[in-house]
Order: sequence, then C-alpha cells, then structure tokens
Amino acid sequence: MEPPEKSREPLTIRDPEAGESPDVPGFRTWRGVYLFVFVVFVLVVVGLTVFREVFA
Amino acid sequence: MSGLDWIVLLGTMLGIAAYGTWRTRHTRNLNTYLKGNHATGWFTIGLSVAATQASTITYLSLPGQAYENGIAFIQNYFGLPLALILVCAVFLPIYRKLGVYTAYEYLGQRFDQKTRLLGAALFLLQRGIQSGITIYAPAIILSTVLGWRLDLTIVCTGVLAIVYTVTGGSAAVNLTQRWQMAVIWGGMISAFVILVRRVPDDAFAIAGAMGKLNAVDFSLDPRQRYTLWSGLLGGFFLSLSYFGTDQSQVQRYIGGAGLREGRLGLMFNALLKIPMQFFIVILGALLFVFYQVHAGTPVVFNQPAWQAQLRGPEAARFQQLESRHAAAHAEKEARIRAFVAARGSGDAAAEASARAELAAAQRASLAVRNEARAALQEAAPETRKTRDSDYVFISFILSQLPHGLIGLLVAVMFASALSSKAGELNALGTTSTIDLWRAVRPLAAHDEARNVRVAKWLTAAWGCYAIGFALFASFAENLIEALNIVASVFYPPLAGVFLVAFFFKKVGGTAVFWAAIATQLLLLGLFHFAKESVAYLYLNPIGCVACVAFALVLQAVLPGKSAGGPR
Repeated sequence: MEPPEKSREPLTIRDPEAGESPDVPGFRTWRGVYLFVFVVFVLVVVGLTVFREVFA
Repeated sequence: MSGLDWIVLLGTMLGIAAYGTWRTRHTRNLNTYLKGNHATGWFTIGLSVAATQASTITYLSLPGQAYENGIAFIQNYFGLPLALILVCAVFLPIYRKLGVYTAYEYLGQRFDQKTRLLGAALFLLQRGIQSGITIYAPAIILSTVLGWRLDLTIVCTGVLAIVYTVTGGSAAVNLTQRWQMAVIWGGMISAFVILVRRVPDDAFAIAGAMGKLNAVDFSLDPRQRYTLWSGLLGGFFLSLSYFGTDQSQVQRYIGGAGLREGRLGLMFNALLKIPMQFFIVILGALLFVFYQVHAGTPVVFNQPAWQAQLRGPEAARFQQLESRHAAAHAEKEARIRAFVAARGSGDAAAEASARAELAAAQRASLAVRNEARAALQEAAPETRKTRDSDYVFISFILSQLPHGLIGLLVAVMFASALSSKAGELNALGTTSTIDLWRAVRPLAAHDEARNVRVAKWLTAAWGCYAIGFALFASFAENLIEALNIVASVFYPPLAGVFLVAFFFKKVGGTAVFWAAIATQLLLLGLFHFAKESVAYLYLNPIGCVACVAFALVLQAVLPGKSAGGPR
C-alpha cells in the first residue's frame, strides 16, 4: 500500500519545539528540561561512585 | 498463604482487572483503542512507560541478582536517561507529527513497504519471545514456592491480561497500570521497611566488605558484563532501541493530550529510573546481609526442590551438604562479628585483616553452596530452568513478612506481570493489525469497526501465543538477564534502521533493508560464537553502528534505483 503523498514530506531531525515553553515551572524551554535531566543524571552517577568509595 | 493473603491477592488483582475492563468496555474508536484516551496526562503516561518496562522479573529477579552479584547491575541503566532525552527531542515529535499508530508506519513513509514490514517483523519476533518470558518468569518461581500448578498459574495470569487488554485496548492498559503501580510500590516499600528493621546497623559496611556495593566499575574489559562503559554505551543503545522503536513503549507515549504530555512522561522516567532501580538492588544487597546474619539461612533458596531431595534416595548426600553449609555459615557469621568489631575499634590494620578473613570465609561458604546447587541440578534436572537467586526475595517474603503483607507482595508480582504483559499484548496486537493485516487488506483501512475487531482478535491471539510459549519455555540465564540478552540480539538492527531514517536522509529503503538483515546475521553470529569475549550489552552499539555503516556502504555501491533512493 502506498503511503499518502503528504506523508512523504522530508522529516528533519531538528526539534522545532525545543525552544518553546514546556509549561513547567522553572523552565523556559525544552532544552532547559533536557539539561536539567542530564545534570541530575551526572549527579546520580557521581553519587553512586561516592557511595561505592565509602562502602565498598 | 493464609485466607487473608488470598483475599488481598485476589481482591487487588481481580479488582484492578475488573475496573479496567468495566471503565473501557465501550471503547469502539480505533484511535482510543490503539493509542489510549486523548485526555491522558503526563503522570499516567510516565507511570505507564515505567509499568510496561518493569515486569515481575524486575521485582522478583533483580533483588536476587543483587544478592548474588552485588548492585553492579544498576550500571545497565546508565544509558537510559540519555536515550530518553534523544527520544523526546527527535523520535517523539516525528511520531506525533505524522499521527502514526506504530513506529513502523514511519519506516513505511520514510523508506518503503518492505522496510516497514521488516521493522514490524523484527519487533514481533523479539517481543513475541519476550512476552513468553515475562509470563513464564513469575509463574515458575511462584508456582514452585507456593505449590501451585505451573500450567494453571501461567494460564490464569495470561487469561486475566488478555481479558482487559482485549476489551479496552490501550485505554484499559493505561488505566490499570496506574493502580498496579500503586500496589507494586506500596508492597515494595513495605517489604523494604521490614527488611531494614531486621538487618544490623552496620549492614552497608558488611555488604560493602563482602563485595556487594560496587555500584560503579570503571573496568575497560569488554568481557565484564556490567561496567560504567558498558552501561553508558550498551545501555544507551539498548534504551534507545527499546524506548524509541519498540511499539510496546512507543504506544504508551504517542497518545495522550499532546506532545508535552508524552515528553514529560518520558522525562519523569529519565529522572526516576536509576533511583528506582537503585532502591531494588539495595533491597537485594540488604537481603544478602540479612541472610548472612540469619541463623536459618538455607543452603539453596529453591527449598521445595531441596526438601524433596532430603526425602529422596540421596538424602544422606544432601544432609551432609546441609551440615557443611551450616558450619561454613557459622564461621562466616563469626567473621562478620569480628569485622564489625574491628571496624568499630578504628584500627585500620585490624579492619583490613578482619575483612580478608571474612572474604575467605565467604569463599568457603560459597563453595559449599555451589556444590549444593550442582548436586540439586544433577538430582533434579528441572531446577536448571531457574537460578537459585530468583528464589531469594520470594523466600524472604514468605518466611519473614506478616500475613496480609505476604498477599500484597505476591500481588506485587502478579500486578507487575499483568502490567507489562498488557502493554506487550496491546503493542503486538496493534502492530499486527496496522503493519501486517492492513498490508494484505488495504481496502479495510477505513472501516474503523472492522479494524478494532481485528485488533482485538490479534491481541487475543498474541496472548494465547505467549501462554503457549511460557508453557514450553526453559531458560538457563537469570530471568532479567534473559530478557536483556534477547533484546540485545534483536533490537540493534531495528534501532539502526531508525537512526538511518532520522539522521541519514540520503539512504534509501533497499540499502537499509539489506543492512538490517546483514546486521541481524552478524549479531546472531557474534552471540553464538563470541559470547564469552563480548559482554551482551556491547552487542547494542556494535549492531547499531554496523547497521548504519552497512546502509551507507550499500547506498554508495548499489545503483541509484536499486538502493531504494531517498524520499
């Protein structure tokens, strides 16, 4: 089955809404949300490394 | 289990299933049936994503994995938050923009029909196998320790999931998963609190001294299963494949009120997944400590099988093993007390010496346990189907928790089985309907009622297949590892196809189609011939990179038309 013609429009990997407001208190853009999640992830890994150093 | 336990178990399980079935019994709209209610908020989506990923194996097998090998397994999840950010930024907006029901519809639009069918087939193949494992896993353990019939346990769990998933589709899955998650975490936290009260104050120090708290391993050895690098690299590609291309997950977040809801649901998981898993592996490490200082620690945790041997013709041999284990365990307990005393004295040299003696006592005790397990497997070959570590947590539940809470914890196991099973069946039914059935019945695409009917039948058919698979299954690996190994062998070509679709716009359908086939053969070969030298998590980056590279090479060497041409 051939897909409808409109669906063949090129799809870019850029997120057009990355700069838009996520409507989350404290965040103005989605990029800010992603950065926050990334920073928390780094802190969790650092925390686990410290945990290992203290107890293992 | 007492009458109270049965009331709690049946009340929660049947109550949630009946509630989901009743609330969604009038679902006739194809969009609602396949994508869920339009008004679904981010919290429900987030819970649904988490519930679909975490099956019984997570709650039953992961504490046992931590008991046996320590908490290093947590590193398996290190790539997950990064993968979810990429899914949020790239995959989700495209799926929403196209309004697709399945991720593989996008492949049909980006490449061609054969690539879409290949994507759907790879998903159905691996998810079909996994759906058998997720129903088998709780059944084999629970039927053994509770003395239930394995086949009946499998059939009852499977049928319950089929009933409400077929009735209400995605809407019922989302609705029931919320309540199932409440039961699961209520039960897990209760068990954790009781466990914490039963271990000594120095529990973390003891677990650390006995090598159970190595949360992060910086080793570069590719044969090492869980390291920071295998977790970041392998975990990233495994999570990217799972959350970005596996319909059982895609279906959870492409519905809902809007793009924002899906994104926040995924970010909720990106933030909470590692802490959640840490909670479960720490529970396993504390279980380990509990059983080091507990007088009645069994030599093997599959006690029904062990007790049968104690009553059998080789009783003397098994009694001797039990006595040797009791002696080794007593010696280890003494060494633990000595270690705690040395640690309290502040004398570093005495502490190091006590730690070394404890390690030696642990090795001696483990040697007896391994001997006992081997003897049990030799005498009762059916015990090879599971690992003893999978019985650790359920043994604790049944022997240490009060009645009522036992029922709740058994309900946790079944709730998690049902929630992940329902998500899987929903996705298998949807993919079969949208990507396969519609391919052979293109004219029926506009008949909404017929589509819903077919989706229901196909969902039920996949449920029956999963039950059948579980009835004849046999696994040698720890159950959670079995799931990840299957995923690591079959996901990477699929993830590779999507990466090419998103990031290499000049590559066409034919090139990526054959690249995916070649990658799948490469991974099967690697897994078969080199599994000792390459940890399975590394199959994910290897497969993804190979698929992309093969596609680029094929696009370059194939004549323009044969390569499928970019769209």
